[in-house]
Amino acid sequence: MRCQAVLYRRSYLEAEHQLALVTAAIVVYLIANCFPIVDLEIQGRSNSATLIGSVLSLWQEGREIVAVLVFGTTQLFPLVDLGALFALLLMIRRGRPAAAFAPILRFLQALRPWGMIEVFMLGIVVSLVKLSNMSTVVPGIALWAFGLLTILMAAILSLDLRSLWQAGQGVIVRPDAPPAPGRWTAHP
Amino acid sequence: MTTAAQAGLLSCHHCHLVCREPLPHAGRSAGHLRCPRCAGRLHRRKTDSLSRTWALLIAAAILYIPANVFPVMQTSTLLGTQNDTILSGILYFWTSGSPELAVLIFTVSILVPLLKLATLSTLAVSIHRGARSRADQRARLYRIVEFVGRWSMLDVFVVALMVGLVHFQGLAVIQAGPGAAAFGGVVVLTMLAAHSFDPRMIWDRARRAPANRQEPNRPASGIRHGRHPAP
Repeated sequence: MRCQAVLYRRSYLEAEHQLALVTAAIVVYLIANCFPIVDLEIQGRSNSATLIGSVLSLWQEGREIVAVLVFGTTQLFPLVDLGALFALLLMIRRGRPAAAFAPILRFLQALRPWGMIEVFMLGIVVSLVKLSNMSTVVPGIALWAFGLLTILMAAILSLDLRSLWQAGQGVIVRPDAPPAPGRWTAHP
Repeated sequence: MTTAAQAGLLSCHHCHLVCREPLPHAGRSAGHLRCPRCAGRLHRRKTDSLSRTWALLIAAAILYIPANVFPVMQTSTLLGTQNDTILSGILYFWTSGSPELAVLIFTVSILVPLLKLATLSTLAVSIHRGARSRADQRARLYRIVEFVGRWSMLDVFVVALMVGLVHFQGLAVIQAGPGAAAFGGVVVLTMLAAHSFDPRMIWDRARRAPANRQEPNRPASGIRHGRHPAP
């Protein structure tokens, strides 16, 4: 209110729809990582690269830091993000108390800023423009998959994680100790 | 206006549950208390926010120098080896007929890190000095910095893709240079610095000013409208 930041936006999708969205994103993620992004042709020789191939060649050249950075932000974190969200939504669906709910959700919130699929998508576009000057570029399946994944991730990331704290009320196992003096209690 | 901290309330950093202190002003540190819903640690302000922000900012500023001086990309072709720094990559786009991309990369990989370093240091200095004015503008500045930071990774991704794609033995091979790691380091460190900065510190000083301004008005308006019976 005071600083005019958006406090809370109600998410307009039911848990079922979110689950469908996350499942679709996981499938697209697998496609995007298994198939080559682009085929390059220079003077009759062609070369194709997957994302993991790029990371591996960075590693072999001795640029371990860059390799780890790229692997983390474009592969590991988005996958863990999707997996964690999938698990959380399943827990809400089952409706049984799950001790892992709160730790996973807290972990997911800390992880969020470090998944950078959309930045990577822009990176693909820039490098395609760069390469198209010097060789023939044939877009691969994974290029389209990454485009789709960017859109799906944008939809998933726009869902406010805070609404999951609300939705998961029945699932969260509360710290069971009776409220000791000095313990903070929930404000109604 | 009463703030939540004055009212003995505080919001959990993790799940945003608003919690109430059972014994207000009991004098115990909130650092070891846990949120009743998500069991995360509760604290009024992030611990050591300013010193952590400063440490990360200084480290990022130091790394910024090798990030721009050393090449991020080495292109070896039949004609010879070419070293590209971030700036020369931008110049390449500018001269090869795609000025839009040159502007984009310039913004994202030179302007944004510099502005981020400058903005976060200004914010930290303003809190050290106890500045009270324009708190809303400073808060907005912080939100922009937090949002925009991740896009600086663009150049690192471009380098990674080029390295993976251009592997024609004897014809053309692209390798990553030492600048790439340094640049990635700058981006990560500035993101961490923005994360460790607690924007609520901006308001800790600022809240006194409007409160003082309002108080003399209250009895006056009450008398004017005749709502309060005369004492």
